[in-house]
Amino acid sequence: MSESLIRTLALTKEYLVGEQTVAALRGVSVDIGAGAFVAVMGPSGSGKSTFMNLLGCLDHPSSGEYFLAGEKVSVLDNDALAVIRNRRIGFVFQQFNLLPRTSAQDNVELPLLYGGVAAAGRRERAIRRLTQVGLADRMHHHPAQLSGGQQQRVAIARALVNDPVLILADEPTGALDSQTSLEVMALLQQLNREGMTVVLVTHEPDMAAFASRVILFRDGRVVEDREQVPKDAVALLAQSRPAATQAA
Amino acid sequence: MDILATLRIALRALRVNKLRSGLTMLGIIIGVGAVITMIAVGGGAQARVEEQIRSLGSNLMIVIPGSTTAGGVRLGAGAAQGLTEDDAWAMMREIPSVQAAAPSQRGSGQIIAGNSNWSTSIQGVTPEYFEARDWPIVSGRGFEPAELAGAGKVAIIGVSTAKQLFGDTDPVDQQVRIRSVPFTIIGVLDRKGQSMIGQDQDDVVMVPLSTARNRLFGAPQGKLRRVGLITVKVRDGQDMKEAEERIRELLRQRHKLQSGAEDDFTIRNLTEILQAQEASSKILTILLAAVASVSLLVGGIGIMNIMLVSVTERTREIGLRMAVGARGRDILTQFLVEAVTLALIGGLLGTLAGIAGSAAVGQLAGWRTEMQPEAILLAVGFAAAIGVFFGFYPARKAARLSPIEALRYE
Repeated sequence: MSESLIRTLALTKEYLVGEQTVAALRGVSVDIGAGAFVAVMGPSGSGKSTFMNLLGCLDHPSSGEYFLAGEKVSVLDNDALAVIRNRRIGFVFQQFNLLPRTSAQDNVELPLLYGGVAAAGRRERAIRRLTQVGLADRMHHHPAQLSGGQQQRVAIARALVNDPVLILADEPTGALDSQTSLEVMALLQQLNREGMTVVLVTHEPDMAAFASRVILFRDGRVVEDREQVPKDAVALLAQSRPAATQAA
Repeated sequence: MDILATLRIALRALRVNKLRSGLTMLGIIIGVGAVITMIAVGGGAQARVEEQIRSLGSNLMIVIPGSTTAGGVRLGAGAAQGLTEDDAWAMMREIPSVQAAAPSQRGSGQIIAGNSNWSTSIQGVTPEYFEARDWPIVSGRGFEPAELAGAGKVAIIGVSTAKQLFGDTDPVDQQVRIRSVPFTIIGVLDRKGQSMIGQDQDDVVMVPLSTARNRLFGAPQGKLRRVGLITVKVRDGQDMKEAEERIRELLRQRHKLQSGAEDDFTIRNLTEILQAQEASSKILTILLAAVASVSLLVGGIGIMNIMLVSVTERTREIGLRMAVGARGRDILTQFLVEAVTLALIGGLLGTLAGIAGSAAVGQLAGWRTEMQPEAILLAVGFAAAIGVFFGFYPARKAARLSPIEALRYE
C-alpha cells in the first residue's frame, strides 16, 4: 500500500442528542495522498463537517482509525491532539477567526507561541509567511483595518506558519465575494502546486471545481469519490482582471 | 508557552476593556487598602499599649485608700483609716513575693527657677518608688538616707519639667523654689513617656516623702504617716493574684477590719489592666482586618464575575487558540495569569491606597497608626491568592471548552 498522508478506516461518530444517539458518520474509509487537493462536499447534515473535525484532530471518533502522516492519531488524548494540530495541521475558517485588536503579524505568530518558538524565530517566520501571501505591507494592521480577502490571507499565513503537512480549509470563501473567493482559491492552488496537501470543505460546486478530487458525503457516508481536472484559479483570475479594470 | 508571552496576552486583554478592568481592580484596591489601613490602625493601638506597659514597669499594683462602693452602700466616714507609710514597710517585711512597696504622696504646685516658673506634679517618694517603677536617674544622684529621714530640701525632676525650667542647661545643682520653699535639684529622671491616661509622666518633681509631708503639703498632726498611694512591685515569676490576696489580708489585719466589713483600700493590678488592654487591642486588630478582608473577598468575587464574562465573550478566541495548538493547560494558564495580573495590579495600587489611607486616618482622627511591612506582604499575597482562587473556576471553564463548539460559538 502506498504512503497516504491521510488514511481513515471505518470512521464513525455518534452524538447523544437528548436520549437519542445520532450517527453523524457511519463508517468512512478514505485515503488521501500527500500533495492532493481534495474537495469535501455534501449537503448540511451529510457528515462533512464532522469528518472535517476528525481530520483536523478537533474531535475523537466513536470508532474506527485515523492515521495522519503514518501516525495513529485516533487514539491520542486531548493534549497530544493539540500538539498534532499545532505541528501538522493548518486551519482556514469561513469566519477567518483572527484575534481582534491584534496585528496581522501577532495573529500569524499565534501557532508558534504554542509551539514554543522563541520571539525572534516567531517574528522571522511570521514575516516570511505574510510576505508569501502578499501582505508584507499590512504586517501591523489589525483585522478591522483589513478587507475580507486580506483577512483570509492573514489566516492562510497563520495556517502555513508552522510548516504543516495539511491545510484544512472549512468554507474559506463562504464570507467573501466571488472575486476575492477566486483570489483565495488561487492562493490555495498555488500552495498545492508547491506540494501542500489541501482539504477543502465546501458546498459550492464552483469552489470544488478547483480541486483535483471530490469526495461527496450523504447521510454520514461517502457516496461519491472522483478525480477531476481542476479549473485553474490563477488563469481565471488573470482573465477577470481586465474586466475588473474596465469596470473601474 | 513562555510566561512573558502569556503576560503580554493578559495585559493586552485587560487593556481592551480598560473601564471594566479598572472597576474590577477597584474592588481589590479597596480591599487591600482597607486591610492595610485597618492593620495599621490596630497596630498603632497595640504599639501604644505596649509602650505603656514598658513605661509602667512590669508586675505593678497600686494600693489607694478608700473603699469602692458596694451595692450602693458606703461605710461611714472615719471608718476608713487610709494608708500609712508603715503599711508599705509591712508589705515588704511580711510578704516575700513583694519586691518593693513604695509609699508616696502626690500634690501639685508652682516651681520657680530664676525667672521662669512652671506648675507641675510634686511627689513625695522613697527610693523604693524608683525601683518599683523601673525608673532610673540618668544624671545626678538619688536621695541620701539623711535626706529621707530629715526632710532634706532636695529634688529629682523629670525631663519635661527640666526642659520647661532650664531649657538645655544641666538642672543638677540648680536652686529652685517649690511652693516657695528653696530646694536643690540633685538628679534628673530618665524619660518615661505617656501614662495610661495620656499624661506626661516626665512632667514631675520628686522630693523625699518626709519633705513632702513636713514642708510642702503640711499634713495635720496624727495623720503624719498617711500616704496617698502605695506602689507595689511583685517579684518576677510570682503570681500577681496571690500577691494581691496576701496584700489584702495584711492590710485588713493591720486596719483591724471585721470579717464582712468592706476594704478601706483598693488594690489595682495595673499590669493586668494593661495586659487586658493589649489583648483587646490585638483582638481589635484581628477584627478590623477580618472586616476589611470581607471587602477583599468581595473584590475577588468581582474578579471571578468579570473573568466568567470574559471567557464567554472570548469563546471563539479560545476555540481558535485550541485549533492552532493550545492545550487545555495553556488556556487555563492564560486566564489564570489574567486574573492574577488583575489582582496583583489591584494589590499594588491598594497598597498605595492603604499607606495613604493610614496616613489620612492618622492625620484626621489623630490616631496613631503603625505601618507593618508584613501587613503589606500579607495583603498583596492575599490579593494574588484571591486572583488564583477566583480566577481558577473561569479559567478551568475556558480550558474545558470543546474546540469545535467554541469555534462555532456565536
